[in-house]
Amino acid sequence: MKKVIISLIMMFGIISSTSFAGTLVINTDTSDAAPKKAFEYIIKKFEEENPDVTVKWNVFDHEGYKQSIRNFLNTDPPDVANWYAGNRMLPFVRAGLFEDVSDIWKDSGWVDGNLSENMEHAKKSMTIGGKQWGIPYTYYQWGVYYRKDLFTANGISVPKTWDDFVAACATLKAAGITPITIGSKYLWTTAGVFDYLNLRTNGYEFHMDLTLGKVPYTDPKVQAVFDKWDELVKPGYFLENHAALSWQEALTPMVNGEAAMYVMGNFAVAPLKEAGLRDSNLGFFQFPEITPGIPMAEEAPTDTVHIPSKAKNKTDAKRFLIFMSRADVQEEINKILGQLPINKNSSVKKGDPFLKAGLNMLNNAYAMAQFYDRDAPAQMASEGMKGFQEYMSNPDRRQKILERLEKVRQKVYK
Amino acid sequence: MELNNPKAKRITWWQKNQIKISPWIFLAPGLIFFSIYVIAPIFVSIGISFYQWDGLSPSIYVGLQNYIELLDDEYFYISLWNNLKWLIFFMLAVPIGLGLAIFLNQIVFGIRLIKSLFFFPFVISQVVIGLIFTWFYQPNYGVIAPFLNFIGLEGFSILANENTATYGIIFAGLYPQIAYCLILYLTGLNNINPEQIEAGRMDGAKGFHLFWNIVLPQLRHATFLAIVVTVIGALRSFDMVAIMTQGGPYGYSNVLAYYMFEQALSEYGYRMGYGSAIATVLFTIMMFYILFFIYRMYRNEREDNN
Repeated sequence: MKKVIISLIMMFGIISSTSFAGTLVINTDTSDAAPKKAFEYIIKKFEEENPDVTVKWNVFDHEGYKQSIRNFLNTDPPDVANWYAGNRMLPFVRAGLFEDVSDIWKDSGWVDGNLSENMEHAKKSMTIGGKQWGIPYTYYQWGVYYRKDLFTANGISVPKTWDDFVAACATLKAAGITPITIGSKYLWTTAGVFDYLNLRTNGYEFHMDLTLGKVPYTDPKVQAVFDKWDELVKPGYFLENHAALSWQEALTPMVNGEAAMYVMGNFAVAPLKEAGLRDSNLGFFQFPEITPGIPMAEEAPTDTVHIPSKAKNKTDAKRFLIFMSRADVQEEINKILGQLPINKNSSVKKGDPFLKAGLNMLNNAYAMAQFYDRDAPAQMASEGMKGFQEYMSNPDRRQKILERLEKVRQKVYK
Repeated sequence: MELNNPKAKRITWWQKNQIKISPWIFLAPGLIFFSIYVIAPIFVSIGISFYQWDGLSPSIYVGLQNYIELLDDEYFYISLWNNLKWLIFFMLAVPIGLGLAIFLNQIVFGIRLIKSLFFFPFVISQVVIGLIFTWFYQPNYGVIAPFLNFIGLEGFSILANENTATYGIIFAGLYPQIAYCLILYLTGLNNINPEQIEAGRMDGAKGFHLFWNIVLPQLRHATFLAIVVTVIGALRSFDMVAIMTQGGPYGYSNVLAYYMFEQALSEYGYRMGYGSAIATVLFTIMMFYILFFIYRMYRNEREDNN
């Protein structure tokens, strides 16, 4: 018995002795094919450039990670972990589990020049309480994906203004085509529509005030957003039964030519192309202007890397974060991911019209929203998205829903 | 006596109390684990319901605040109401299971195969059943779509409509639950005393009369079990809701068990205190019901012993 215990202790000793200085433990949620490949590339390249560091990489299941990170940040902290920007990182920052990395953002003179300059447009979403808490490495655009052939067949050109957009919907509806497809079973797709309607009707500042809880949901400006939404919901321009469909299931009508548009993130392009659409019949346009003169802000959810405050090897972790922010590294990983680099000096994969359009749009964006469920705190986001879904099924309940959301707001942002 | 027996002095404390103690020794492992994993968490959970806690930051004592919020929460009432619907309509599993059991309780060629086919839904996972029924209900291309078209409800989606979603899930839940009740009744029917039926027949009882007065009373234990498992199944109906609608559309098919999960553990949740408050309410409801049944069981057993 004693021997067993001793050998167990020895084994444990061997295991734990592998984590001496020079080992960098990285936890990621990159279980999907492309993100996994991207991180394989990053780690290999980082080890090549830093032969003194050995990386130990733990891949978690994408969904399970949201639960695991809450445990491992406390009990078994890695040196680097990936997460999301905006309010999504607030619980961890508030609990003191993420390390303040403002020095990386401030320090100029390292590898690739001043970070704050190259990533100025993303700095806001990494800032809480005047400090930066991580490094963004990829994002993607949101907008309207549409069937070019259906537009041409019905004599519609890409709408630039709200009136054009509503008119296009009316034409499509009259032709027996569902103007906008959406699958709201998992709620978040409705938030994409709400965010854009609010960003375009009231602008970025108001949208942030709302998601930060500074404005009541019963505010006339919020009513104005729903007035615009009414113009789409009441005539039935959205897909019927959207509450029963996931976002992927709602792609089917678009592939079949029964629906013409989808307010979505760029990740929808891959499944649409797999289902048979080509660059010739699938297009992208920026969500049209609603209130003239309001600067165009866009939706661009950002993925980030952070250093847990209980990390053992913070020196190498910082080296890794700096490495991740470099233009050449971001360029390569985003080529693998099929997404957009944050660093302004990176270029994107050639020959992909969607990425090109996205990069062009985001580089000229006035500001970037992270998406409703990342900008607003979790409880508000979940109630809000439920409300949006209910509104889209029952537009006459608008007042009741907004009053309920206002009640939630007063509780959440005490 | 003892004085005459020299061995009597050597009886140890252990030997004296052996019979009293040994059952407790045998029970000990079960009791210890039961108290660690079942009893203690109940009290811890009730304790957490008085706090505001996100699972990360330090918890803040808020007294009855979570319960007060619960009383003002529309979704809580919707969930409670849906739980009631579950309790009522899930009970259909008992008579349907009984009917099928009587139908299958005959001796013909291949009846074993047929019986096992009827058991089948009980054996497959709830997740699989939930998924398959979701596909059945799919508007336009689901199995029931032609039927819906026929009655003029073209493109109607059962799970996307706030009025029908809960019933759609209950219906899917009935599928394995009927099989469960069927098994209980089939074993019950095996133990029926044929002499009593024979005697009943001689006295002129037949058909429904015979079934109601002679067969059913003998199935009392099976009925009791079937009702208990069905009520518990209805109250903890979590998996079907999670798979089929996630409580949607907009919370209208939620039940307390899933609402608790949503508030405490889902992606947008981490309100441990609020979730625990919901759990406490659910626990109280179950406790009333369980105490009532334990009391009835106790009374029945006493009657049986007399």
